[in-house]
Amino acid sequence: MQKTIKILILITFFFILGVFFIGLNKNNNYSTSSLIGKKIPPVNLEYFEGNKFYKEDDLKKNNFTLINFWASWCAPCRAEHPLLVKLSKEKNLTLLGVNFKDKKKQADIFLNDFGNPYDFLAKDEQGKNSVIFGIYGIPESILINKDLIILKKFVGPLSSEDFNSIVEIIN
Amino acid sequence: MLSNFGNLLLFLNIFLSLAIIYFSLRSFKISGKLIPKIIYQISTLQSTLIIICFFTLIAGFIISDFSLITVYQNSHTSKPIFYKIVGTWGNHEGSLLLWVIILTVFSFLFLVFTRKHPKEFRILTLIIQNILIVGFLFFILLNSNPFSVLSPIPKEGLGLNPILQDPALAIHPPLLYIGFVGSSIYFSAAMASLITNYSQTAFAHSIKNWVLVSWCFQSLGILVGSIWAYYELGWGGFWFWDPVENASLLPWFAMTALFHSLIVFEKRGLFYFWVITLCLLTFILSVTGTFLVRSGILNSVHTFASDPSRGIYILLFLTLMIFSSIFLLFKKYKEENYNLNPNSKETFILINNWFMMFYLVTVLLGTIYPIFTDVLTGNKISVGPPFYNIVIVPIVVIFLLLMAIGPKVKWIKERFENLKNYLFILMGSILINFLIILLFKSYSILSNLIIISAFFLIISSILDALNSFRNNKIDYARIISHASFGFLVLFIGLNDIFSIEKDYNIKLGETKNFNNYSIKLQNLELENFPNYKAVIGELEINNKKTNKKNILKPEIRIYENPQTLTYEAAITSNALKDYYLTMSNIDRSEYYNIKFQKKPLMIWIWISVIMIVFGGFLRLFQNAKNN
Repeated sequence: MQKTIKILILITFFFILGVFFIGLNKNNNYSTSSLIGKKIPPVNLEYFEGNKFYKEDDLKKNNFTLINFWASWCAPCRAEHPLLVKLSKEKNLTLLGVNFKDKKKQADIFLNDFGNPYDFLAKDEQGKNSVIFGIYGIPESILINKDLIILKKFVGPLSSEDFNSIVEIIN
Repeated sequence: MLSNFGNLLLFLNIFLSLAIIYFSLRSFKISGKLIPKIIYQISTLQSTLIIICFFTLIAGFIISDFSLITVYQNSHTSKPIFYKIVGTWGNHEGSLLLWVIILTVFSFLFLVFTRKHPKEFRILTLIIQNILIVGFLFFILLNSNPFSVLSPIPKEGLGLNPILQDPALAIHPPLLYIGFVGSSIYFSAAMASLITNYSQTAFAHSIKNWVLVSWCFQSLGILVGSIWAYYELGWGGFWFWDPVENASLLPWFAMTALFHSLIVFEKRGLFYFWVITLCLLTFILSVTGTFLVRSGILNSVHTFASDPSRGIYILLFLTLMIFSSIFLLFKKYKEENYNLNPNSKETFILINNWFMMFYLVTVLLGTIYPIFTDVLTGNKISVGPPFYNIVIVPIVVIFLLLMAIGPKVKWIKERFENLKNYLFILMGSILINFLIILLFKSYSILSNLIIISAFFLIISSILDALNSFRNNKIDYARIISHASFGFLVLFIGLNDIFSIEKDYNIKLGETKNFNNYSIKLQNLELENFPNYKAVIGELEINNKKTNKKNILKPEIRIYENPQTLTYEAAITSNALKDYYLTMSNIDRSEYYNIKFQKKPLMIWIWISVIMIVFGGFLRLFQNAKNN
């Protein structure tokens, strides 16, 4: 009995340390540079209104798509919002907004007050879908092309430099 | 210049540690009960040099010596002197140096304060502690050297992250480090005790004050961290179950379990191997926490160093520590026969330990679970407050009830003649609870239970104090800590139930009304400070019921180096409540977004924790007096 317990304890520690070791060598999602050139994960985002879902095919129709993760409760999202409104005028770019861990009513008020720049609007009430995209805090934005390849990822609110670089890429 | 001097001191310290190990090993062969003087001398020199080494780094920060990479990355000439100094330990490299200081100074103090204990045990503790010191010194030199140089020398530094520029954060790391790095000394002592078969109750005596010291500082460190989060992060909360917060909580649970079971070990000679396990576990958890935070394996708001090469080193170190601990423990383990009576103090303390282990495992699982799912299944998940609230909060109710009864149970066997008393106390608690609910009209089963059990503990503790006052045998330390813990849970519960939160877009001169309150944005000003510019809002909060007016001035700060926007909450506190207000700008709009929160009894949450720690320090002084 005692021997079994001892072996079990050893195995547990080996297992934990082993997982830690592998975890260390895994890609770190925070460094955005490693994401560039990779395909985005499978898309399955619920429509903001109604029970339909956005799939990859919806995004393949657009030349460029900027996926923007935002919420009404997020102050930096307000800061970047005017830039998104400006970007919405670009013909070559589709904006997909993902409303992150938000209340619908609040989100509606937000869009009413500041304008709705999004061509597509999805929601992620639990924040689970966003995690798949490697989103840890919002706002974050991912610029992809027709083939769903990530061209650039922006952590934090978009700056006017980010704005210029997006405009440059899509034109 | 500073770099050379600093590196020299680091090398010297490695050399001194090796010298201590050498002379210690040699002294085993020398008969006699005394430790050779030379060991004391080297140990004194070692502590002095490492402190000088730290001051060298501080000097680098004060004179803004940007030839040092660490200074370049974490300081700026325009920073006030206070934040230049604080920057020393506000980064990975500098904070590791602080690690080594605490390892070294504790090693020295242990040597000085344990003269009554067997020589072999002390020497071996010293050897193991110095192995730890050498390990960390190598880590610093090879991987995280605060004295690494940069060439050509930059004219200006990158600056300290603005959210770290806060007085609370200046003392937070040192407090926390004394806590969890301090636990290294009873890790070493436990190993030494196993090797030298020093399992008498006197062993408890040799470590109990160290456990208390580390526990007190760990608690204070966690408290200051929470206060910082509350004032600085602008979310209005003080605990977020963030991986780093959890990392500081894990050793705290182990320490709390440890000093409770130490009471049993010292009094009755029971639980020796359990005590040893907890000693080893506490420091192992401390290093695990450091690994999780510093390696970047978990993403957290506090991660200031994500560098996998650091992770490998700490992981290697951790692996060595864990397997040598397990190896020794298995080798020396003998089955103990407890023969505990279910109605005895021993049993109740054991139950305390079960609860602590339950909390520990829950928090550990929640913290590392995302790593496991990521590695094993490729799924990225985040474990948030709902998990902890569901699993931990209901259990707290039972814990509080037992915590009230436990201390009064007698050693060996209790007859429970005063069951009636407890029934009365329980009735009283339920009554108070319903009064609160009636008065404030808020209801949920769990919050009721929390309030009832908290009152049960508080009333029991107070009655206990009154009773023992008559017998003149009052255990202040325990009563204060236990009652304060009851108060802490009570205040957190009440705070949670009765908080109000409102969110508005408001422009200058506008007034918003809600509940009994109105908020008016009266004025906006732009001011220049040495370190930053600030947009300062002036908002009047009017309580229409009492007609009391409060002016709050939240700020939007624009820092220059590095250029960052931060939102400073404006907070007014009084004995009953805090008003908490944050303001953020909306681009190209005359509107500002404000978030108003009324948080009842906030200040009492801090005071409760301070009182819990006060109990700990009181016990420490009592122990010192009895020696």
